[in-house]
Amino acid sequence: MSANEQVLNYPIPNDTALDPPAEWAELRGKCPVAHVTLPSGDQATLLTRYEDVKQVLADPRFTRLLNAPDAARLSATEDGGLFNSEMATIIPDSGEEHQHWRRLVGKWFTAKRMNALRPVMARIAEDLIDDMVKRGAPGDLKASLGFPLPVYVICDMLGVPAEDRDRFSYWSDTLLNLTRYGKEEIEAAQAEFFQYMSDHLAAKRDGPGEDLLSELIAVGGPEDGGLNDLQILVTGMALLVAGHETTANMIGKMVSMLLADRSRWEALLADPKLIRTTVEESLRLDANSGFGLPRYLKEETEVSGEHLPKGTTVICSMAAANRDVSAFEDAERFDLTRSPNPHLAFGAGAHSCLGQALARTELQVVLEVLLRKLPSLELAVPVGELERVEGLAVGGLRTVPVRW
Amino acid sequence: MKVAVDEDKCCGAGQCVLIAPEVFDQRDDDGIVILLEPEPDADQHAAVRESAAVCPAFAIEVIEEA
Repeated sequence: MSANEQVLNYPIPNDTALDPPAEWAELRGKCPVAHVTLPSGDQATLLTRYEDVKQVLADPRFTRLLNAPDAARLSATEDGGLFNSEMATIIPDSGEEHQHWRRLVGKWFTAKRMNALRPVMARIAEDLIDDMVKRGAPGDLKASLGFPLPVYVICDMLGVPAEDRDRFSYWSDTLLNLTRYGKEEIEAAQAEFFQYMSDHLAAKRDGPGEDLLSELIAVGGPEDGGLNDLQILVTGMALLVAGHETTANMIGKMVSMLLADRSRWEALLADPKLIRTTVEESLRLDANSGFGLPRYLKEETEVSGEHLPKGTTVICSMAAANRDVSAFEDAERFDLTRSPNPHLAFGAGAHSCLGQALARTELQVVLEVLLRKLPSLELAVPVGELERVEGLAVGGLRTVPVRW
Repeated sequence: MKVAVDEDKCCGAGQCVLIAPEVFDQRDDDGIVILLEPEPDADQHAAVRESAAVCPAFAIEVIEEA
C-alpha cells in the first residue's frame, strides 16, 4: 500500500446531481490505482485515469467473469445483481465466440439502420412532448419523454409490446439496482422476466415478425451459424434492460446539463449544427453515469506501475477518466464544439457498447425536437434541487422538472 | 492521406459512418466497417481524423503524407 492510499467506500457518495465528487481529481492525481470497499464489503481496485481505464477496458485479460469464486461481489445480495449473475455468462465473453455473437446482433445497430429510424424517433418524441405540453407546466421531462422514448424504440426493435413496459421497467430495475432489492425479490423478478421472454420467443417461433429476435431465431442454431435458444433468450433480456435505463436516464441528465447553464441551450438554438458534438460532450461530462464497469483479472499484471495480482476485481470509472486533464484540454469545461471527443462513456475495445449508435441517435433526435418545439424550455427548480436516483448501476435523476 | 481499417478489431460502433459517411460504411450482414475511400480528398481529412480518434476499437489507422 502506498502512503497516499485510503480505503474509500465505492460508489463514492455525492450530494450534487450534476457535479463530480471532489475525490475523482484527487484519485487521478495521487492514487490512480485505489483500494475501495464495495457495498458487499468486498474489496476492489478503482481506476480513474483516462489511459488506465481505456487500456484495461480493451485488454482481454480483464474479463467480465464476475461470477468467479474469488471475484468481488458488487452488492450485498448473495447473487450480486446484473454483473455477477449466471445470466451474464451465457453470452460469450471473449475471442471468436464473442465476436460471432457481437456481429450477429451488431448488424441491427449500424449507423445506417439508426439513421433510418430517425423519422420514427422524431415522431415519438413529438407526440410525447405534445402530451407533456397538454398536461401543462411544470412537467417532468424524465417521465414524459426521457423514459418512454428509448423504451418504445427498443420494444419495437425486439418486437415486444410496449404496453408491457411497466413490467420491463421493474425487472430491469431489480437487475440494475445494487442496493434497493433483497435477494428473494431479485430472484423472483428474474424468474418472471425469464419466463416472459421465453413465452415471447415461443410466440415468435410460431409467428415470426420482422424484428431482431425473430431474425435471430431464423438464422438457426449454432450448427447453422446462429445462437442456441438460451443465448437468444438472454440476448433479448440483455437488450431490453440495456435499452431501458441507460439512454432513458441520459436524456434527462443531458437536458439538465444544458439548462443548468442556459447559455448552452441558447447556443444550440442559434446553431443546431452543434447538436452532435453537444451530445458527445454531455456523455463525456456525465458525472452521474453510475457504477462504472467492473472487470475480473485472470492473470497478474501492472496498471500505472502498480502490481495487480491475479483475481483482482477492477472497477473502471469512465466518468472520472472522462475528466482527466491529460486526455482532454480544459477537461472540466463543457465545450459544445469539442472535437475530437474520444470519451469513454460507452467503454472501449471489443466490448464497447453495442447500442451506442442507437443511444447517440436517440439523444440527437430528442435534442433536435426539443429545441424546435420548446425553445423556451427551462428548469422549473434550481439546479441544486435536482436529486440523484440512488443505488443504480446506471445513474440518473429522480425527476427533471421543466417549464416552457 | 491514406486510411487503413482493421476489420478484426472493428466492433461495429458506427462512429466513423456517422462522422465521415463518404469514407466509411458498415456491412449490412454484420455491421463491420467498409472502407469506401482509402485515399480521401482533402475536404474529408478532418472528419477522417476525428473518426480515427474516437473509434472505440482503435480500428482506423490514418497515415498522413508529408
